[in-house]
Amino acid sequence: MAAITDNRTIALTHFTVSNRDEKPLLRISTAGSVDDGKSTLIGRLLFDTKTVWEDNLEEISKSKVNRASHGLDLSLLTDGLRAEREQGITIDVAYRYFSTPKRQFIVADTPGHEQYTRNMATGASTCDLAIILLDARKGVLEQSRRHSRIAWLLGVRHLVFAVNKMDLVDFSHEVFDEIRAHATHLLSGMDGVIADFIPLSALDGDNVVTRSERTPWYKGPSLLELLETVDPPHVAAAQPFRMSVQMVIRPHLDFRGYAGQLASGWVRVGDPIVALPSGKRSRVKRIVTFDGDLTEAFAPMSITLELEDELDIARGDLLASPSTAPRVARRLHTTMVWMSEVPLDKQKTYLLQHGTRVVPARLNGEALALNGIGAVEVETAELLPYDTYRDNRATGGFILIDTITNLTLASGLIEGEVREEEETLESFSDAPFTPAERRKIRALLAHMKRFGFSFDHEDFEQGEGI
Amino acid sequence: MTVPVLSHLRALEAESIHILRETASQFRKPVLLYSIGKDSSCLVHLARKAFFPGKIPFPLLHIDTTYEYPEMIEFRDRFTKEIGADLRVYTNDKAIQEGANPYDLGTAKCCHLLRTRGLVEGLQEGGYDAAIGGARRDEEKSRAKERVFSFRDREGRWDPRNQRPELWNLYNGKVDPGESIRVFPLSNWTEMDIWRYIELEAIPIVPLYFAQPRQVVLRGPTVIPLETNVKLLPGEKPQTVTCRMRSLGCTPCSGAIRSEADTIGKIIDELAAFRRSERENRVIDHDQDGSMELKKREGYF
Ligand SMILES: Nc1nc2c(ncn2[C@@H]2O[C@H](COP(=O)(O)OP(=O)(O)OP(=O)(O)O)[C@@H](O)[C@H]2O)c(=O)[nH]1
Ligand SMILES: [Mg+2]
Repeated sequence: MAAITDNRTIALTHFTVSNRDEKPLLRISTAGSVDDGKSTLIGRLLFDTKTVWEDNLEEISKSKVNRASHGLDLSLLTDGLRAEREQGITIDVAYRYFSTPKRQFIVADTPGHEQYTRNMATGASTCDLAIILLDARKGVLEQSRRHSRIAWLLGVRHLVFAVNKMDLVDFSHEVFDEIRAHATHLLSGMDGVIADFIPLSALDGDNVVTRSERTPWYKGPSLLELLETVDPPHVAAAQPFRMSVQMVIRPHLDFRGYAGQLASGWVRVGDPIVALPSGKRSRVKRIVTFDGDLTEAFAPMSITLELEDELDIARGDLLASPSTAPRVARRLHTTMVWMSEVPLDKQKTYLLQHGTRVVPARLNGEALALNGIGAVEVETAELLPYDTYRDNRATGGFILIDTITNLTLASGLIEGEVREEEETLESFSDAPFTPAERRKIRALLAHMKRFGFSFDHEDFEQGEGI
Repeated sequence: MTVPVLSHLRALEAESIHILRETASQFRKPVLLYSIGKDSSCLVHLARKAFFPGKIPFPLLHIDTTYEYPEMIEFRDRFTKEIGADLRVYTNDKAIQEGANPYDLGTAKCCHLLRTRGLVEGLQEGGYDAAIGGARRDEEKSRAKERVFSFRDREGRWDPRNQRPELWNLYNGKVDPGESIRVFPLSNWTEMDIWRYIELEAIPIVPLYFAQPRQVVLRGPTVIPLETNVKLLPGEKPQTVTCRMRSLGCTPCSGAIRSEADTIGKIIDELAAFRRSERENRVIDHDQDGSMELKKREGYF
């Protein structure tokens, strides 16, 4: 291992140019109501781009299950769980990888069944583009509406509406136009969204990889042509600098580095930085990587920063540039997607995970239940540096964790902060903690301390006697 | 200002480093499951990068079935010593003493005892609350369904029908005592990415991956290199074939492929032309439809 004094520097091209004919990556996911043909479509894309291993094809052709009206059941390429094949539905996201001469793709095929909406959200959250399927016979359904909204909330800014099963409506231009008009309504309120509409048949392959002769009235690209040419929609490097500290690397007394992955923006040696929520300031002394020191770095690189001053910065702190720093607040307006069978409970304390920071939080607002989407006010036990999700996908979102079951209950999108003068409908409950909650929180605090979480909110530690 | 783009391999690298750092920070006692193969080599390399200039803050655990190729064990000991890693080895001695072997029990049962049970017990014995593995989603249809932070109950079991949601890169590693998380930093890497990264970073790998003439026996479609602990079945004759391993495992279960590729560059070219998956050469994976899923539910990686 190189000595720490070895200040070998490397050029940024070390990270931007790789060895062989590399192609840009696009992450896509499917969405839409149950049985609209999402898995079949992904199977078709893989099959027609010849990116399925022969032994996988043999396996699905031998399978006891085949729900396709003719030919191979291509949905089996992604529906790999036994229960999925038995029930004929997708239960959880499947990730598939394929490339064409122009691009590499990561595809998340998600379930349409309402019960598994959280798995659809899981798949959408890391994607650049979502393909929303609509059954030509059924048009826009409740689940199409919900999924489009969730995809947009989670940061997907490009939606492709694929009107599928056109073979069952005689490739009717009228049907397509009518559905397109309906689907366009779904887009209201989604600022900055890009939408495309394609008529196709996943079963037969029309307009999936090649343009179909059966839709002479459609002048647009095939789905794959579109996917190969859309702009990579998410350019995090162009946004202000944000990096959550994951850990402090301190191999010996002469080195203290803050390790993290840039969530957005750039950082350069000499830049002033501020650590939030404390507001402590310093300058960047070194940008350290295993491969050598850099003079600058950009999102989404994983780096280690050494600062000019010895500050008390720990896991959970958010580093930013003082001139473009995010706001800091304890009370936030949010939109939440509730993903648990146990509904939102205003009496309960939850853990809120934002970047690498975990803070206790209480909620106030709509009584959300499974798959509900609504406005919720959040009060955290500590100050939270935040951006709105409209401004920054990485620092505008958080998850909620149950303190007792440890389950992830909801995803939250920050809309803004609650101003002092604003009257809340109802004040936050001050119900005492239950003994079980108290034990759990005490253990958590001890655990978090041990790992260097800054955790000094007095109310929480002593005031409420937990 | 023109916005630069991180190269594909560097983007994967950055994501994996982020996952490894989350694991080191969120858990009391993580461990890296080191299987000696190409994916493990990459994983260890990424762990060195993640914590630089510090050392890898968790041990490497090898579940030794005693049926691995001797070249693998030699490589393991040399490689881990060179990089100063803390290597632990666990073997399900009890099962071996009771006579577990692939010839009498069959490969499926042997694998269950020496790999799956060995792993679950090795993890329990060490009291690990997170086990980092090199599995990739592109390997197999049930792996394609796995989260990056994948929850396991007290018996090490996976419940694919009831996984925690996983949003963005916010990984929830909260578990109660006895429960654990399997962490997959290479989730989004493909077999091709792994080889390109090995080439880019000149990562050491076991020589079995390179083609050379080897003494083998042909068992059905499978080419099995003859090693000290491979038993010939009646009627089988050894012969010399130029071959290499595409994926490593125990000697009786992992076959070689006929190949002339003796450099990483040639391996990459060959891979680009392959039509069949890498796991096909593992006897154990297709004993039964959905057998990987069943094994994973019992605790297999
Ligand atoms: N005729 C026709 N049938 C189709 C088409 N696409 C899919 N199907 C059929 O529709 C049924 C459902 O297809 P899937 O691909 O499993 O649907 P899905 O959207 O993935 O369903 P979930 O994942 O469970 O929500 C299957 O029987 C398919 O064969 C199409 O273009 N034309
Ligand atoms: Mg499906």
